[in-house]
Amino acid sequence: MLLGRVVGTVVATRKDPRLEGKKLLVVRTIDPSGKDQAGYLVAVDTVSAGFKETVLLVSGSSARMAGGCKDCPVDTAIIGIVDSVEVST
Amino acid sequence: MLIGKVIGEVVATRKHASHEGQKILYVQMLNLDGSGRGSPRLAVDAVDAGVGDDVLVAQEGWSAMTSVGKPYSPIDMAVVGVIDQVHLSE
Amino acid sequence: MQLGRVVGQVVATRKDDALEGKTLLLIQPLDRQGRDRGRTLVGVDAVGAGPGETIYWCRGREASLAWHPHQTVPTECAIVGIVDSVTID
Repeated sequence: MLLGRVVGTVVATRKDPRLEGKKLLVVRTIDPSGKDQAGYLVAVDTVSAGFKETVLLVSGSSARMAGGCKDCPVDTAIIGIVDSVEVST
Repeated sequence: MLIGKVIGEVVATRKHASHEGQKILYVQMLNLDGSGRGSPRLAVDAVDAGVGDDVLVAQEGWSAMTSVGKPYSPIDMAVVGVIDQVHLSE
Repeated sequence: MQLGRVVGQVVATRKDDALEGKTLLLIQPLDRQGRDRGRTLVGVDAVGAGPGETIYWCRGREASLAWHPHQTVPTECAIVGIVDSVTID
């Protein structure tokens, strides 16, 4: 799983019917200290995440195990809103 | 999923049976600033996208295969949406 | 999937049973301009490709499905198309 920060939304009218009604968010991946990494992903939001929130992402075929994503063409899902990350040194 | 731009179409006469009749798009993945991200990839088209379209690309097998109704096929990527707009808050 | 060029062949006598009778080809990935880009890799041919041809391959677990339902081949790279042309806008 990955940590990310919600930075945007994607609007797509013409899409696979199984994506109807799903919220698509642009998430920048971050390192544990909260710094932006180069990458981003478009993820289906399953926990009502908001702009700038730090979130937990699941990618690959496991994303379909997120709530409401069963049998949907989803390869990245937001499955948690992160309260804090503690890094032990 | 990733955001990509359709930059072309691939014609292949000899190809895997599951790819017969599929439109195979040449897609440049994009960074959030619109710049290119790596070499372009090939994706099957599930939503009748065309050259110039910004698209949503699924990069996981089952999602890609089933979007074109071809489960158990060697398909690793599909265009599953045509993007109208990307709003960025940054 | 990704575009590449067949630059060689690999011969292996002792190999997984599922690879018997299959051709192992060396692939050079190509960039947007059709130039060599990235490291070569070995793929299992599913379409009868030959040296010098432009091909496209499927990566990952999905590649092993190229012989479904007859066989499951232990490969993460299967050559699944021979490219006639790429129309670039």
